[in-house]
Amino acid sequence: MSEPLLSVRDLHVHFNTDDGLVKAVDGVSYDIAPGRTLGIVGESGSGKSVSSLTVMGLTRSKTSTITGEVRFGGRDLLTASDDEMRQIRGEEIAMIFQDPLSSLHPFYRIGDQLVEAVQAHHDVSKAAALDKAVELLRLVGIPEPKDRIGGYPHEFSGGMRQRVMIAMALINEPKLLIADEPTTALDVTVQAQILELMIRLKAELDTSIVFITHDLGVVAEMADDIAVMYAGRIVEFGPAETIFGEPQHPYTWGLLGSIPKLDASRDETLVPVTGRPPSLINLPSGCAFHPRCPYVREAHKRVVPTLEPVNGDPAHRSACLLDSDVRRRIWEDLRQGKRPEEARADVMAGEGAA
Amino acid sequence: MGAYITRRLLWTVLLLWVVSGLTFLVFFVLPSADPALLRAGRSTDPDVVQGIRETFGLDRPKYEQYFDYMRDVFVHFDFGRSFRNDVDVRSQLMDRLPNTLLLISGAVVVWLAIGLTVGMISAVKRGTFLDRFSMTMALVCISAPVYWLGLVMLYLFSDDIGRFPLLPGSGSFSAADNPAAKFESLLMPWFVLATAFAAIYARLLRANLLEVLGEDYIRTARAKGLSERRVIFRHGARSAMTPIVTVLGLDVGILVGGAILTETVFNIPGIGRLTYDAIQRNDIVTVQGATLFLALAVCLCNLVVDVIYSLLDPRVRLS
Repeated sequence: MSEPLLSVRDLHVHFNTDDGLVKAVDGVSYDIAPGRTLGIVGESGSGKSVSSLTVMGLTRSKTSTITGEVRFGGRDLLTASDDEMRQIRGEEIAMIFQDPLSSLHPFYRIGDQLVEAVQAHHDVSKAAALDKAVELLRLVGIPEPKDRIGGYPHEFSGGMRQRVMIAMALINEPKLLIADEPTTALDVTVQAQILELMIRLKAELDTSIVFITHDLGVVAEMADDIAVMYAGRIVEFGPAETIFGEPQHPYTWGLLGSIPKLDASRDETLVPVTGRPPSLINLPSGCAFHPRCPYVREAHKRVVPTLEPVNGDPAHRSACLLDSDVRRRIWEDLRQGKRPEEARADVMAGEGAA
Repeated sequence: MGAYITRRLLWTVLLLWVVSGLTFLVFFVLPSADPALLRAGRSTDPDVVQGIRETFGLDRPKYEQYFDYMRDVFVHFDFGRSFRNDVDVRSQLMDRLPNTLLLISGAVVVWLAIGLTVGMISAVKRGTFLDRFSMTMALVCISAPVYWLGLVMLYLFSDDIGRFPLLPGSGSFSAADNPAAKFESLLMPWFVLATAFAAIYARLLRANLLEVLGEDYIRTARAKGLSERRVIFRHGARSAMTPIVTVLGLDVGILVGGAILTETVFNIPGIGRLTYDAIQRNDIVTVQGATLFLALAVCLCNLVVDVIYSLLDPRVRLS
């Protein structure tokens, strides 16, 4: 395996607030190889955005404490100076955001905003930067880019604005693109177009992508690897086909069970993950997922699980205290359409018999 | 844009018409003072008073007087003659206009320079001692009325009665015979008039800027790798400043009110002082003329500000 482009090790991001210490990210590690796509999936407040903003150096403040290591291109970004980070942002690592309307400055023409992105890193004339901007707008599929470049963001539709954001992110040919819920604010049909565009661009430009979403369905097509985050930690990590085929963590099962399927019969109900995301100030003891886990045991409330290889496979890791045997049986049941409580009863009956 | 300005000008005319109707009602119809008696001065001879009534047409029906007055104002830009001293009101206003303009424009410069600088620094240095100190000072300044602040400044700094004689005091403006002396004599009035506004705008800009700096497009600007300076000034301040421009138009009107008090305290022969004196002497023609004139000025200010606003924010341009 080649040298990873980005390597995050034991990243902690804590914020000091009036209510207490918010452990937004609490020991996250992952690697991204050049040209690969990592999907980070989780609910709001799982730390997926904060961890990526930290890679960009955008969570530095008086109230935040950041520890760990973020290696990118031979440097540790956590110890880089503000000015070094400024040079990396937009040039080597670029980012696109959830809401393309509020993410573009309402007062400036999109051409000027694109030119600004170029000139922040390259000493080129405005005319040259504008040419580059037109080229990128054409690349992301904006019709008649030469005319549209003088337009203001409010004159574009939601999907077109997100295309502009993508053009702006890619204009300096970054090695890594962080996409923070880029399709969440868009209509479903437009979502599909944007995903298609990103897949095409990734193939053309060979950019590595971190794709953050709360929707497993969205990353299914995009991601090579998937990290499932819960309460500031990665609870399951593995190649996309493994995560969809043999998921090992009850939270991943929950996420998969809550995706609507078009081919399911209409009376088949979705199974939501019950309960609410935990407070990041007072994390539940033991496994942070235990209050919402249908398969919880008494011991799980005391022991903190670590990310361990599944069946000795270092590429697929899961942080669950259940025996791998038990997990396999539950997943079998769930796959056959049983509800979580039925799967649980089956497993308990099996253990009672043994 | 042309249609927009035309529409706004028509509204301005309508507004001025309403204002003029109200002032006519207040000064001529409601019996606050009988113009003829005022004109007669010490003489209380009923024949003289009656003669005056006939000369000035005050014995005619009110609506006829009103129509004449309106015709003079809107067609000839003529505000009539003072019943007190028979001076043409328009020429009085025009004579004093430069002084008031000087006072107000200087105050606006001081107000914006101090207010915006302090607001900007406070927002960027939020939570520091500097921020807290400036915001507390701003609160104190907002709470100080112009006439009180003017007197305190004179007491402290004026070169005749002040405890720390630094600046020319009350009446020095009329006495000044060269531009430098005029400038010097206006320093204190400018600061007095600008203080409360500067304080309000410092707080306003700080709040706006802090809000804007939390916007998504600021995060985008940072993600592009722009320098913090550029993020704050080009992306943040631009947005934070726009609503301030709107309030500015309204506040210039309030500033005119403050100018009346400032000109009085510092004895500056401007429109404010003229109005004050006219009120003191029951010189209703002059008061009415000044009121209409200032209303016109405030309306025009607002129009200019709205045009500037539409240039600043592309989203309002089309609507």
